[in-house]
Amino acid sequence: MSVTISIKHALKKYGDNVIIPDLNAEIKQGEFFTLLGPSGCGKTTLLRMIAGFNSIEGGDFYFNDKRINDLDPAKRNIGMVFQNYAIFPHLTVRKNVEFGLKNKKLPKAQVAEQTDKFMKLMQIDQYADRLPERLSGGQQQRVALARALCIQPDVLLFDEPLSNLDAKLRVEMRTVIKNIQHSVGITTVYVTHDQEEAMAISDRIAVMNAGVIQHIGTPKNIYQRPANLFVSTFIGRSNVMNGKLKMEDGKPVLHTSSGYTVALHNVESEQQKDQDIILSVRPEEFLLNRDANAPGIAATVDDCVFLGLMTHYFVHLESGEEVEIIQESSIDSIIEPGTQIRLTLNTEKVNAFTADGSRNIMTGVRNDCVG
Amino acid sequence: MKAKKFEIWTLISVLLLGTFLLFLVYPMFGLLKQSVVTPEGEFTLQEFVKFFSKSYYTGTIVNSVKVTLSVTLIALVLGIPIAYFYSFYRIRGAKVLFVLSILCSMSAPFIGAYSWIMLLGRSGVITKFLEGVLHISVGSIYGFKGILLVQSLKFFPLVFIYMNGAFKNIDNTLMEASANMGCTGVRRLFRVVLALSMPTILAAALMVFMQAFADFGTPMLLGEGYQTFPVLIYNQYLGENGTNYNFAAALAVIAILVTALVFFLQKWATSRFKFSMNALHPVEKKEAKGLSGFLMHAYCYILVAIAFLPQLYIIYLSFRNCSGAVFKEGFSLGNYQLAVKKLLARSIRNTTIIGIIALLVIIVIAVLIAYLVVRRGSVLNNAIDTLSMLPYIMPGAVIGLALLIAFGKKPFALTGTLAIMIISMVIRRLPYTIRSATATLMQISLSIEEAAISLGASKLKTFTRITVPMMANGILSGAILSWVAIVTELSSSIILYNNKSITLTMSTYVAISRGNYGLAAAFAAILTVVTMVSLIIYLVVSKSEDVNL
Repeated sequence: MSVTISIKHALKKYGDNVIIPDLNAEIKQGEFFTLLGPSGCGKTTLLRMIAGFNSIEGGDFYFNDKRINDLDPAKRNIGMVFQNYAIFPHLTVRKNVEFGLKNKKLPKAQVAEQTDKFMKLMQIDQYADRLPERLSGGQQQRVALARALCIQPDVLLFDEPLSNLDAKLRVEMRTVIKNIQHSVGITTVYVTHDQEEAMAISDRIAVMNAGVIQHIGTPKNIYQRPANLFVSTFIGRSNVMNGKLKMEDGKPVLHTSSGYTVALHNVESEQQKDQDIILSVRPEEFLLNRDANAPGIAATVDDCVFLGLMTHYFVHLESGEEVEIIQESSIDSIIEPGTQIRLTLNTEKVNAFTADGSRNIMTGVRNDCVG
Repeated sequence: MKAKKFEIWTLISVLLLGTFLLFLVYPMFGLLKQSVVTPEGEFTLQEFVKFFSKSYYTGTIVNSVKVTLSVTLIALVLGIPIAYFYSFYRIRGAKVLFVLSILCSMSAPFIGAYSWIMLLGRSGVITKFLEGVLHISVGSIYGFKGILLVQSLKFFPLVFIYMNGAFKNIDNTLMEASANMGCTGVRRLFRVVLALSMPTILAAALMVFMQAFADFGTPMLLGEGYQTFPVLIYNQYLGENGTNYNFAAALAVIAILVTALVFFLQKWATSRFKFSMNALHPVEKKEAKGLSGFLMHAYCYILVAIAFLPQLYIIYLSFRNCSGAVFKEGFSLGNYQLAVKKLLARSIRNTTIIGIIALLVIIVIAVLIAYLVVRRGSVLNNAIDTLSMLPYIMPGAVIGLALLIAFGKKPFALTGTLAIMIISMVIRRLPYTIRSATATLMQISLSIEEAAISLGASKLKTFTRITVPMMANGILSGAILSWVAIVTELSSSIILYNNKSITLTMSTYVAISRGNYGLAAAFAAILTVVTMVSLIIYLVVSKSEDVNL
């Protein structure tokens, strides 16, 4: 049942306004695949092209070997869950769930059986005869999910399904969605702008910007080895600093703008040359030393925020650059604003990009984005 | 690029356009042609010259504009306070007041005039009482004053209903914020409450102006020497002075120009107040206590009582003995027996047929146009939408005239048939129903239809099974109001009806104009009861106190 979705050279434009110039992706059978990006990046547009609600100006979309560009949306056998649930308000929960089955003209008994099964799975069977307006947001989302699953679709599509729920319910529902998806094993494309949600739920994430996929990879790889500067700053927090890479004794050494030098061991071999680079350091990748005479980047603490498990420090470097540091809270007193400190880098983890930010020069980047 | 698939909706667009071209554009074009082409077929502006060269004619426009502007102003002055008290204070019996106000505003336009003649006219009950017992002369109800009285009382409820909706959207925090900054009481009413309601005040003013300007029955019965524009059109067309088609057509063109001017002036004024409100915390109603509380109650009760009085009085009169124009002692069903002889059955049957068929046609067209405009906006569909709004600025008499010119002769000889009555009703009510259908559809998220399609439903099935049922509530409540408007319609029917296609409204009007006052009272009472019952059904169906006219 489940299919592989192949997107080849997809083009989307409204008039002369190109939204998606040339997009390629392969979504594996049974995979939970998330499109993540800032608003207006084209992720929902792409999802709606797969669903058939947006026209396709160029390229090919395949479900397995079947080209679906011109297939009527009603015949694509897609289960879709919308941002506003899109529950039919004039139909009861049962009628909502069985709507798709009835369109398939299945025998009555089978419709009833299937409907019951999925209402039970989503734990909404006790509301079967209620009208949707008397259900909470979370329950409505369950109805939408049951309705989408009920037709045993080849593909499940989610368009920011959790953005209308409150924070607690959002976490609960994303677990529900993940578990259901794993148990039914249907190829799933999920759109969100919430990176934590994407991390929590996905097998693979495609980070999009301006209609172009920047990086396709596992949540871990995208966070730890972002393919370019955009991904690095969009996913999680990153402190961005200018620096230089210099070859010393055949080994690449990083020179920061404030004069700190440290050897980088995991630079890709073809990038091992003298060049300007952009350094991207996550707040937890700084090591903080209270001894102002120790080696490292000289910095002054401006502010600190105690958040329980972690303590955030906002500091400025000698060069004037401002950075954020996260440390596990310790039992002794936190560092007061105004204190002189030294910073060193966890060179295992930091990332460095070419001067234009377009390419990560560290080893270990895995980007499935082709073209 | 794939070739665009042929869709059923394209066909529907074309059919709708064809319908509008035939029943709206063609008659309007005929009207325009009639106004500038002599019977011999030559181009001329003599009819317009004739109009503007005689103060007897131009005076009617001055009369109309003067009385209509006065009515609009007074309706606002009467209606805004009652809406304010209703929305911001707990008035005892508020629901009843509201329902009675709606009933007043929806009653047949000339029945109020007729009833007031019975009360305050030359031989009216109150007049006679004041003159005979107290020796006070009330002066004449005929002319400017009478039209002003009757129309103001009929149209202030429109303002009440409109303003009520606006006040409900004022967020309580805005009231609290202004109190916090030292602005309360009357100052706050003008600086905050009314300023926030300005778009609605303008909308209500336009509605009252259009309806009052086009009202034919009231000035016809009460105007006497004070001739207004719709009366002049009617007199030129069917009056005693002989028929002048060309001059009447020229008058109609001038009438459209006047209403169009007012329409665009209002649009321009409204564009300066572009903001929308939606109250998260509606204003909590305060207790109306003490002297001011008493005065508020008194104002609301007395105003609604005066407005509703004529309706009750007509029903009372219908049971009084009567011969010709004179009511006598004692009660009987004589007036109703007479009515049965005078085409009562035919009037009711025609009214029902016209009402139901017109309503069905209106609903179907309105739903289709709303769908085409909201979901499939295109140049063609927007053109259809604009066309369908044209009748909004056309007084009923003008529509009647245009249809008569277009369909009075071959190849479309429809005069005197129920069909032409139905067409005129559809044209007159369509703009209102399209507006409410469009508004309803806009609130329905597109993704609901997409959900149905992705679940395998065809486009047609999605439309009939999902879209239309979801629109049903909005359409149904709007339809009942259209039904009431159709049942009480006079200004175009009077030009189009004949003995075979006579309706309840027309029977009433004919009886009044022939001086059969008892008979008229019986017809009017039946009409009033039909209106009331329809509105009560409306209030039950819509389950809300919002009235979307």
